[in-house]
Amino acid sequence: MQTQTAPTLDRQPSANTHPQAQNGQVGAQSPGQSAPVPALEVHDLTVAYHRKPVLWDIDLSLPAGNLIAIIGPNGAGKSTLLKAVMGLLPIASGWARIHGKPWHEQRQLIGYVPQRESVDWDFPTDALDVVMMGAYGRLGWMRRPGKAERKAALHCLEQVGMASFADRQISQLSGGQQQRVFLARALAQQAQIYFMDEPFAGVDAATESAIVTLLQELKAQGKTVIVVHHDLETVREYFDWVVLLNMRLLAAGPVETTFTRENLQKTYGGKLTVLSAVADAVALVAARQAQFAREGKGAK
Amino acid sequence: MGLPAWVWIILIGALVAASCSLAGCFLVLRRLAMLGDAISHAVLPGIAMAFLLTKSRNSIYMLIGATILGLVTAFLVQVLQKSGRVRGDAAIGVTFTSLFAVGVILISQFASEVDLDLDCVLYGVIEYTPLYTLSLAGRDWGPQAFWQMLGVFVLCLVTVSLFFKELKLAAFDPEMATAVGINATLMHYLLMALVSVTTVGAFEPVGAILVVAMLVVPPATAYLLCDDLKKMLVISVGCGVLSSVLGYLVAQQLDASTAGAMTVVAGVLFALAFLFSPSHGLVTKIVAQRHLSRSVVREDALQALWRLQQENAAGLDAAGPGTAHPTTTVIKPLDAIGLAAVTRTEIGIARRALEELRRTQLVQVQPAQNGGGGFVLTASGQQAAQELVHRHRAYESYLESLGYPEDHVHAAADRVEHFLSPQLAEAVDAAAGNPTVDPHGKPIPHD
Repeated sequence: MQTQTAPTLDRQPSANTHPQAQNGQVGAQSPGQSAPVPALEVHDLTVAYHRKPVLWDIDLSLPAGNLIAIIGPNGAGKSTLLKAVMGLLPIASGWARIHGKPWHEQRQLIGYVPQRESVDWDFPTDALDVVMMGAYGRLGWMRRPGKAERKAALHCLEQVGMASFADRQISQLSGGQQQRVFLARALAQQAQIYFMDEPFAGVDAATESAIVTLLQELKAQGKTVIVVHHDLETVREYFDWVVLLNMRLLAAGPVETTFTRENLQKTYGGKLTVLSAVADAVALVAARQAQFAREGKGAK
Repeated sequence: MGLPAWVWIILIGALVAASCSLAGCFLVLRRLAMLGDAISHAVLPGIAMAFLLTKSRNSIYMLIGATILGLVTAFLVQVLQKSGRVRGDAAIGVTFTSLFAVGVILISQFASEVDLDLDCVLYGVIEYTPLYTLSLAGRDWGPQAFWQMLGVFVLCLVTVSLFFKELKLAAFDPEMATAVGINATLMHYLLMALVSVTTVGAFEPVGAILVVAMLVVPPATAYLLCDDLKKMLVISVGCGVLSSVLGYLVAQQLDASTAGAMTVVAGVLFALAFLFSPSHGLVTKIVAQRHLSRSVVREDALQALWRLQQENAAGLDAAGPGTAHPTTTVIKPLDAIGLAAVTRTEIGIARRALEELRRTQLVQVQPAQNGGGGFVLTASGQQAAQELVHRHRAYESYLESLGYPEDHVHAAADRVEHFLSPQLAEAVDAAAGNPTVDPHGKPIPHD
């Protein structure tokens, strides 16, 4: 299983050297090769809670090596989509494939950052120990983490700027620091595709910029990061691709072409207050976009 | 094995406590403590049915029957909770009372003629356990309950050691556990099976009350005493064993129920941890706070004495050497009342602070010619005070460099000076550009 996936993964960095081209049409480039396997492929996916559908008929293909935002109003099924493709929720119909195979064959490729509130931070453990949990899946049943895992976990904490908090009890960390510990744990999973459930929710500015830097690093390594995101203002700044979701899939594609006022209205439409908030956000985004384009040209 | 009965009773109690404490830690951490309670009651129909099917009081059959019912309980609770229509605590309540009642009816209808006594199941009689001994190969091996509990304890210990990592992750973050291939639901049922086996193995000899107590109380005590799961397991077992030993002694003294006394001791240990735990204790926190406020008063006193001595020296300098009548009033050394006036605290607090400073030889008494007298700094007191003033004035300068108005910096520095470590004070000093005078123009003493 590992040997079969390896060539697919090796291809990602080379594909990633042309992000603009890749952002366009998946599979259109790579002349002489077959179309690259998408990082995440979802077909006809329906998920129900207590017999009520939360996600309905989702068809999706997300290219590897990109930073991808999933946006949509509350209750749109964003977290549900993440959980369903990782096998954490039963699928009513359809299927999801990660790098071309069902999730249960690709566990080692998946890194997961759940919502911070989903766990009990009063659990008796320290930051380093939580990060070491990232290695548990790789270790397999009954094998204990050793020195190598410890060292790797410390390195992961360093990457998120939390090395000096390694032996801090997790309840004594701030919200942003807890979020960074969760990111470090996902790094310790040494995955190819990362699912992050609202990593930016309620964090301080330092953590937000640390996360953004980390996302860029992951992208540079050819990894795929799929993030449930709430802040419409920063979508264009932080992500290459966007998935607009509201029970159904409304749009998915590169940010430049997909993150449009029209699509946002389709996604968030209905509620007036939300609508005006979106309109404001879009106006802001347009302004930022112009500014970003100027700065971006200057930088490159 | 010819051990006296009381040794057997303590050993059996300790094994029950240790087994329950191990499994109980994970229940408490997962906020499932009441599920332990539920299982310990709901296994009754399992025991009754095992008896009715086999017509034997052999522990093995009862263990199997009870474990099955334990898992059925856990499963029913899970199903009810997942239905989304029954709240978690209600699901537990409905399930275990119903199953327990079924057990009561089964026993009263079909098994009333035999000795499957309800009281015995609930309260147990640990005092009688040495009477039922295990005879094997013509030898007496001691109480059967001891070997039964030893088996249960070894099972708990082996399970928790082998699956420590898995149990931990499933307790902390079940979704993550499932995502990486450690099926959290499977771990849940493994834990439930362990709790069932422990409960049943334990409650025949000692009764359900002690089992329920030991599943919850020692783990809750350990949770207050440490911040690490491994330590929590060890402390929890320690608390359980201690409860059973002390409980036995108390029961002997009072001629009371042994299981009852063991449970009461466990409760007392919990109360002690709740009040005096080094990290989470109620009293500990109050004591720490008082300790801190006293040290703040002492540091303020040192600075007040230092400032006074500086002013006096400055006054004498201004008057010039050899002057017969200095123009500035020399303030006499401060006593407790003077210090209370200068630092604006209560006289009693100031007196205690001065006493403490004298005991640590930071101040000494200087008797005055006309009686009374007061306190002055010793050489080491001088140094300590200078360090504090340095911190205070350096922090003031730092705030000024941030753009704080001069008349706002003193109050802020007054609070912060007590919490700056020497290293932090150096950093603050450097950030302010190592000034020699503070914003009010007063010199910053450097050593």
